[in-house]
Amino acid sequence: MYSTEIVLEAVLNGLLTGGVYALVALGLTLVYGVLHIINFAHGALLTCAMFMVWAAWAWLGIDPYAAVLVVGPLMFGLGYGMQRLVIGPASRHDDGNILLVTLGLAIVLENALLAGFKSDTRTVATDYALEVVSIGPLLLSQPRLVGFAVTIVMTALLWLVLNRTDIGKAIRAVAREKTGARLVGIDVDHVYAVTFGIGCVCLAVAASLLMPTFYVNPRIGGAFVLVAFTIVVLGGMGSVVGALLGGLLIGAVESLSSLYLGDSLGQLGIFLIFIVVLLVRPTGLFGARV
Amino acid sequence: MTATDLLRPLLVVAVFAVVPWLGVSNATLNFLVYMLIVALAAQGWNILGGFGGQYSFGHAAFFGTGAYATAILQVQLGVNAWVGLVCGVAAGVAVGLFVGFLSFRSGLRGSYFALVTLAFAEVFRVVANAAGFTGGAAGLLIRLEPGVATLQFADRRITCMLVLGFVGLGLVISTWLTRSRFGAHLIAVRENEQAAEALGVDPMRVKLGAIALSAALTALAGCLYAQYFLFIDATIAYGPWISVEALLAPLVGGAGTVFGPLIGALALHGLGEATKGIAGSVPGIDLVVFGVVLILVIAFLPGGLMGGLARLAGRLRTIARGRRPAVEA
Repeated sequence: MYSTEIVLEAVLNGLLTGGVYALVALGLTLVYGVLHIINFAHGALLTCAMFMVWAAWAWLGIDPYAAVLVVGPLMFGLGYGMQRLVIGPASRHDDGNILLVTLGLAIVLENALLAGFKSDTRTVATDYALEVVSIGPLLLSQPRLVGFAVTIVMTALLWLVLNRTDIGKAIRAVAREKTGARLVGIDVDHVYAVTFGIGCVCLAVAASLLMPTFYVNPRIGGAFVLVAFTIVVLGGMGSVVGALLGGLLIGAVESLSSLYLGDSLGQLGIFLIFIVVLLVRPTGLFGARV
Repeated sequence: MTATDLLRPLLVVAVFAVVPWLGVSNATLNFLVYMLIVALAAQGWNILGGFGGQYSFGHAAFFGTGAYATAILQVQLGVNAWVGLVCGVAAGVAVGLFVGFLSFRSGLRGSYFALVTLAFAEVFRVVANAAGFTGGAAGLLIRLEPGVATLQFADRRITCMLVLGFVGLGLVISTWLTRSRFGAHLIAVRENEQAAEALGVDPMRVKLGAIALSAALTALAGCLYAQYFLFIDATIAYGPWISVEALLAPLVGGAGTVFGPLIGALALHGLGEATKGIAGSVPGIDLVVFGVVLILVIAFLPGGLMGGLARLAGRLRTIARGRRPAVEA
């Protein structure tokens, strides 16, 4: 059917896209690992971050990559505040309630963006968006390559924060044993909110990596969120390394299934993997905890 | 279930049945039909989610299957609309049993069940958008041909009565759940599956029964939607909007109650219209309100509007009882 080169290029480009998917999934898996909730607002929060990057570029003339320095702290604040002021108090720590509150937040965020920006699609124009790097006979997109590298760095950083800092230790303690953590003097509500904030920083980074080559509209988060759920379930809920590997795998699968099935059916491969993994092995392939 | 149990559902239906004949505008009738279709889909969700405690985020799978089945049968095969309706419901039930069998057999519940239903709905959406017999991305147009045989009525009041009739059926089924052995089993499984099983309830059978019934009502709503608006595409039929609508109404109105879905749909869409009236037709503004209402209800009104009403009634009764001795003294 296709030559080895085309297939190989599809796989490699898929892996690069998978890097950004992994970043989105990283935030989701971290929040799941600590708070044991599935954050349905994750996609809408990604859309928020993408709009922030776009606004920084369109209104202030800030390069999308540099925008992360502004959008990162903003998203951390948004995530921290949302968990501390809305999700925590409204759900009274009941799992079913948390699920529904995050769903409510997703609806509010997505439609507030729709009301503010209409359903127009917006893009960021940079002079490096179409740059390619040639490795032997293969052509790879430069922005995606950058995205991939940053994802690896972010994963390593997250691992370091979780394993080598005091707040990381507190996060892991709360994830393991909430009551015990509270007894030794850890402010559990604060740790929850910080975790949520870190998850949102992952989204800010993902948004600034995506914007040079992608577009944003108020509904865009939905396209990513199911992919991110798939990755998180595949990698094992709460596993950081699982999210990275799952992301790469899903990127390659999507790229290959678009190559063979066409763009309209391309995402089908992901959903089918998702359903099969959920049904057969809901603990995921690398079911480790944070 | 006795005749007196049916009194309240009949009363509620009667109240709704009077409204269209009071000389209201076409826009109001349109609102009523749409709200009732959403309420019907929500009643379906409420059987599985409210009474059964299995929160589905993908009821679009059933709604869309009902809508597509009836539309395809009419458009491609020239089948009568009533037969299409019955087939649409049957197709919805089949999809429900399929999804239910796979998920319940794997023991999925809570967030995992929500995710797997969401994914199933998305698979249906992607396939319907790409396949040929569904009309692909262009969608399907049902020919305008008013008549009893085609289930299309030039007079919207008749359509309103028809949909209201089915919503009434939904109320009767929900009432039956509160009074029957099957309903008691379903609630037992929701509260504690292991305990229910220990007492001889087969959770798998109960949950499959619930999802079949649930899918039937939601698919029926899909059929009625297609027959009223005469156009569907993948985003309308299988899009996340209807999954969200089907779940919002019962949660706001009161999950696991007979009247919750209807009250919730009426309250939400009434509020939505009011918002649009104040803010103008800004896209998405009504949904912002829905999301805020959902969060507020979860935070301050456990049990939804029906739960709030029940507590209010209880408090009034206590006050009334508390005062009587004081008056006598």
